[in-house]
Amino acid sequence: MKLFRFRGGIHPPSRKELSAGSAIETMPLPERLYIPMQQHIGTPAEPAVKIGQHVLKGQLLARASGALSAPIHAPTSGWIRAVTDFTAPHPSGLPILTVVLEPDGKDEWDEFPLPKDPFEMPPELIAERVAAAGIVGMGGATFPTAVKLGGATNKHIHTLLINGGECEPYLTCDDRLMRERAFEVIDGVLLILHGIRWGRAIIAIEDNKHEALEAMRATAKGYGQLEVVAVPTLYPMGSEKQLIKTVTGLEVPAGGLAAQVGVLVQNVATAYAVHEAIRYGRPLVRRIVTVSGGAVRDRRNLEVPIGTLVDDLLRHCGHDGEPERLLMGGPMMGTVLPHAMVPIVKGSNGVLALSKPELPEGSASPCIRCGSCVRVCPVGLMPLELMKRAQNNDLDGAQDYGLSDCLSCGTCAYVCPAHLPLTHYFNYAKGELAARAQQKRKNDYTRQLVQARQARLEREAQAKAAAAAKRKAERAAKKAQEAEA
Amino acid sequence: MTTPISGPHYHGQRSVRGIMAQVMLALVPATVFALWQFGWPALFLFLLTLLSAVVTEALSLHLAGKAKCAFLLDGSGLLTAWLLALSLPPWAPWWIGVVGGAFAIVLGKQVFGGIGQNLFNPAMLARVALLISFPVEMTRWAAPQPFTATGAPGFVDSLKITFSGGTNLDSLTGATVLGHSKTELTRGIGLDVSLSDIYTPLDYLFGLSGGSFGETSALLLLLGGLYLLVRRIITWQIPVAMLATVALLAGIMHLVDPLRYADPLLHLLAGGLMLGAFFIATDPVTSPSGGLGQLVFGMGCGVLVYVIRTWGGFPEGLAFAVLIMNAATPLIDHYLRPRVYGRSRRGTPLTYTAEQLGREKE
Ligand code: SF4
Ligand code: SF4
Repeated sequence: MKLFRFRGGIHPPSRKELSAGSAIETMPLPERLYIPMQQHIGTPAEPAVKIGQHVLKGQLLARASGALSAPIHAPTSGWIRAVTDFTAPHPSGLPILTVVLEPDGKDEWDEFPLPKDPFEMPPELIAERVAAAGIVGMGGATFPTAVKLGGATNKHIHTLLINGGECEPYLTCDDRLMRERAFEVIDGVLLILHGIRWGRAIIAIEDNKHEALEAMRATAKGYGQLEVVAVPTLYPMGSEKQLIKTVTGLEVPAGGLAAQVGVLVQNVATAYAVHEAIRYGRPLVRRIVTVSGGAVRDRRNLEVPIGTLVDDLLRHCGHDGEPERLLMGGPMMGTVLPHAMVPIVKGSNGVLALSKPELPEGSASPCIRCGSCVRVCPVGLMPLELMKRAQNNDLDGAQDYGLSDCLSCGTCAYVCPAHLPLTHYFNYAKGELAARAQQKRKNDYTRQLVQARQARLEREAQAKAAAAAKRKAERAAKKAQEAEA
Repeated sequence: MTTPISGPHYHGQRSVRGIMAQVMLALVPATVFALWQFGWPALFLFLLTLLSAVVTEALSLHLAGKAKCAFLLDGSGLLTAWLLALSLPPWAPWWIGVVGGAFAIVLGKQVFGGIGQNLFNPAMLARVALLISFPVEMTRWAAPQPFTATGAPGFVDSLKITFSGGTNLDSLTGATVLGHSKTELTRGIGLDVSLSDIYTPLDYLFGLSGGSFGETSALLLLLGGLYLLVRRIITWQIPVAMLATVALLAGIMHLVDPLRYADPLLHLLAGGLMLGAFFIATDPVTSPSGGLGQLVFGMGCGVLVYVIRTWGGFPEGLAFAVLIMNAATPLIDHYLRPRVYGRSRRGTPLTYTAEQLGREKE
């Protein structure tokens, strides 16, 4: 298959060897699970349980609210102990509404009606079930999958692209999943294809994952509609836009969606979740997480109930001393965790406890305009110029230099010899931009209100004036009559 | 700095100091060879220039109240002085080196606000300032006299040459091949005659010719430049565009009138073009940061070098060419940005036709 090259990119040391050798293990149930009500892009889910209530594994904990949302289910059987604010794995580190569940130790599934043959089901039903199972993009984007599928059915999708890139260093959860559960993943892919009524899927895997490629190829054999391709190992290959470019040669128009170029992208772990949901009716209540980093003793790939604390994972794997930095996700785009009392959510693909020697050293110095960042930016931006504007809070200038096209992939900061935290500036500026947009909406709204009020006052004044004129005219007419009489 | 909340929490191996060190490493062979060629006075001048720059930098950082160590250790001041020294006449008196080194740091760099802020290449700025202020000293070129050659000045004599204003300078020829051929042309003597006594391409290639330090061995400089390319310290765009442009222009003009216009090889080998193309024009701070911009920049330098050499008032155009293009850099960077993913060259979102997407038309 002909592949295309996206611009820029880097080859950071993969450090996948730390955990790639360990097979997926089941994480024992912790004492408590902390399940945030927002684990997806969109509106938070609404709790549907009461404190003290007993729930079965897979039972609904919170309902989706609104068009862009996803329901949340109990990761195990047990009692609801609290519904309270709790720190979530989010860059802001702000607490969000969280259901606290105490497992009863039985891990007893709720009953689900099993479909006979899902391929006999009407395609719309697939998206419906996926929605009900609370599945979101599990590569980290956490966009509700059903919304994507629903959107895909009315667009002209020519390629379902399954993302097995996993380009972030350290992470091996998708790799292990493809190696060990290739059949389930492939089945999930076929089910998604059925759901969008389209026959072709390309499964793209970075060429450093030999075993995964082999396993997936062996399993996909015999399905004419599936093709497994090895894509070059190049960060950020796992980024949706870069993968689309690599496989199809098409670029998602700026500000647009993948569907506009006829592509639907799903992560391998999402395909696996779809398989579970459609074949067994099981909602998304656990996921595979890579626990790695220099500070971790046994680096593993664990199948973890959603809501397990990072602290539980670290204790399970053992760690030497306090880690220097704690991350959720990979080292390039992951989020810093303020502490380990943060739960695993649907989008958590890794927990990294990094030791001092693994972290970049060297403090930031002025930009020497070396242009390295320009050369490696996969989008084609000029990060040094963007940074200058972001630093000066010149948001319009930053926009002109493509702030909203920036992926925050960190490629530029990775190569910067002056150790400038470029991505940090961009994220900050994006935050400012969002705040400004919101402020503008607010101002517009206020202006509308003011205008409406003014218009009303004017109307009233006019009405009054008209009434007064009328009265005056009447008076005049009366006088004239009297005078005549 | 506090821990950034945003990633990446991962970094490549590059550092500013490392880059500067690599460039200096690439300069070592050509420099050592040049020092060998020109003996003690050259060595004195070289060291004085470097020393002056470092002292000046420390002083200005002190005045500006910046942390001295970090900035001094990044090696950029040293590299600037090194490049300047390579563009000086090797037997120039001591104060040329001292004034030049200080010039380069103060006028070239610190007045703009330090590393990364300067518009012009500091070494070239200093060289031009010296050329304008001290035209005599700056155009007296020594013929090579290796340490071992008979008649080469000994240590004490060399001290005299460097420190007492260059008495007894019989051996200073007063002109480089570019300067010489130019003067002769104005007297109506064609290149066939004027070049025959002083120019043999092989000498220029291997560095057995007169001129500034850095003009001497085109071959060693080329090797150094290739090293930088391989190590990805510089990109190919500027040197290739610059050398190709000079060669092309020289080739065309040489075909038009071989008696007036020197052949491309001479242009490539003489006048420090190799030094300029690989080490000076590629200075990251003062050249464009995008690939396309670098191509344009390199071509511009090439055209200007040739034009100034051939028709301008100075026989050597490198410093002026680079400075002029430096001034154009912000403009080039503004207009020649890379194409952004999902956008056309003009910046509008891409659109595809139904056929391009492989869809059936409805
Ligand atoms: S990589 Fe860093 S030092 Fe180089 S141009 Fe970009 S921001 Fe400046
Ligand atoms: S973070 Fe933004 S500017 Fe930097 S390389 Fe990624 S896309 Fe380019």
